[in-house]
Amino acid sequence: MKIRLDNVVKTFETFRAVHGVSLDIDSGQLVALLGPSGSGKTTILRMIAGLEYADGGRIFFGDIDATAIPVRDRGVGFVFQNYALFPHMTVGENIAFGMKVSKVRRSREAMAARVGELLDQVRLSGLADRFPSQISGGQRQRVALARALAVDPKVLLLDEPFGALDANVRRELRRWLREFHDQLGITTIFVTHDQEEALDLADRVVILNEGRIVQQGTPEEVCRRPDSAFVMRFLGDAHRLVGKVTGGVAKVAGGTVNVDGPQAGEVEILVRPGDVRWGEGDIPASVIRIIDRPDGRRLLARLDDGSDVEIDTPPETAVASGDRGTVRVMRAQVFPLRN
Amino acid sequence: MTRRRVLPGLRLALGVTLLYAAIIIVLPLGALVFKAASLGPEDYWRIVSSGRALASYRVTVLSALAATAFNLVFGMALAWVLVRYRFPGKRFVDALVDLPFALPTAVAGIALTTLFAPNGWFGEPLAAIGVTVAYTPLGIMVAMAFTSLPFIVRTVQPVLEDLDPALEEAAQTLGGSDASIFVRVILPLLAPALLAGVSLSFARSLGEFGAIIFIAGNQPFETEITALLAFIRLEEYDYQAAAAIASVLLITAFLMLAVTNLLQARALRYTARG
Repeated sequence: MKIRLDNVVKTFETFRAVHGVSLDIDSGQLVALLGPSGSGKTTILRMIAGLEYADGGRIFFGDIDATAIPVRDRGVGFVFQNYALFPHMTVGENIAFGMKVSKVRRSREAMAARVGELLDQVRLSGLADRFPSQISGGQRQRVALARALAVDPKVLLLDEPFGALDANVRRELRRWLREFHDQLGITTIFVTHDQEEALDLADRVVILNEGRIVQQGTPEEVCRRPDSAFVMRFLGDAHRLVGKVTGGVAKVAGGTVNVDGPQAGEVEILVRPGDVRWGEGDIPASVIRIIDRPDGRRLLARLDDGSDVEIDTPPETAVASGDRGTVRVMRAQVFPLRN
Repeated sequence: MTRRRVLPGLRLALGVTLLYAAIIIVLPLGALVFKAASLGPEDYWRIVSSGRALASYRVTVLSALAATAFNLVFGMALAWVLVRYRFPGKRFVDALVDLPFALPTAVAGIALTTLFAPNGWFGEPLAAIGVTVAYTPLGIMVAMAFTSLPFIVRTVQPVLEDLDPALEEAAQTLGGSDASIFVRVILPLLAPALLAGVSLSFARSLGEFGAIIFIAGNQPFETEITALLAFIRLEEYDYQAAAAIASVLLITAFLMLAVTNLLQARALRYTARG
């Protein structure tokens, strides 16, 4: 099912949560809505589900205008952040709930068969008679998923699906969800504030800030060609230098950085720790701190204009706090300086 | 090594608790049972099954059931509104709920009688449409409902506050209608609290005295409640008969609370961890 949002607006009392968001999602895609808290990502998800009504704009499911269709008739599967499993029902009853309240009558046997099939799919066979309080967080999440899928939704919506799980379970479930999505082929939208999760899982990432879409594209597009300093910083560690560009070279803190592209004049230069070298180049700097990590050493260095950069180096790099030296910026994203 | 606790140890705490329970609850009830037991079985049976006593049980139990049913619906609605909505004066309404607890029941009875008397604020318009409340069983129900309302509101309120609105939203996304969400999701989750509130409300109604005697009219066989009958026997210095009648109330209340506890344990079985 294709989903299309056309200039959707949502205001809460005095606070505008979503400003004219337009978005096209192709059938069968796995899309991440990524943004910091307060960026409106959950509100957008809830509007697609029909749990919030849009104050303006339209939402289309395929060619049908779904804007005014109430949530119970919209045919979405929604997985809540804390799963919202019914605590007084067993796992099996939770999954069967949608079929029981459906207008389509099913026989008891048909429902039991479908529940068994879904439990197999989410690899929880044998847990049908447990109550939600008797299973682990990761299992609850998969029950919530099975419950949402039981009513054959047109689109699957997940609100921070891994937010309440610990790091190891999270990584494992993420891989599993990706495989699961590829089997089912159902259009899926999930909300997250974790860029690693979004990049790891999604076909397409929609980055939001303050109720607006700031950039969207494949993980490769948003990583390689961030179109604002916000996106660059939000997607990973980045440090900001300020310089002046003339003829493809920026003068920065007593040294130079090569920049591609047409920029000229005052610019901000954003660099990732992996794209900076220690002991090369011509920008003078001193090491302030050294952080040792399993996969290398990270140096925190201060340039002579007071700005800081972080540098990823191999683990055997011989360097001590307080050392003077030079750094070279291998690759950078350059944006015109805003005042 | 035993863990250090904030309150004094088990032996002292248990001792004090049991002593208090014995002095305040068990001793008076024991005396009551003892007094009633000093009657022979035949006399006891004759007193508790006399026509006047039977009529008083009927009036008391039926009125208490009606009052509790009313409170079940109205108390739940009140709790729902207090938890789920924000409106001016909400804190005032919330405080008002406890008023029947704080008010001396006799004061409540006199106030209700004044309101529902044939020339009262409520009584006059009601009389015009042919409904008499004061000095009828309806008056008993009104008095019972008034004094026991807080039980349902106060037992349901905290459970409703903890009820995650996402549960209702989840049920909606799964296609549940409002009625099916209420019946299948909200009601089962509130059931243990409702049950507790209902049993307290009903027990209180069975034993209510002060608020009722002013509005009931107290006609034997018609509007005489069991507690009043026990009181009348007491005034006649027939202590044994009074104790016998009171023991019926006691046994009823006790049985009902026991049954409710069993039902509650069943309704809460999903919270058990396995």
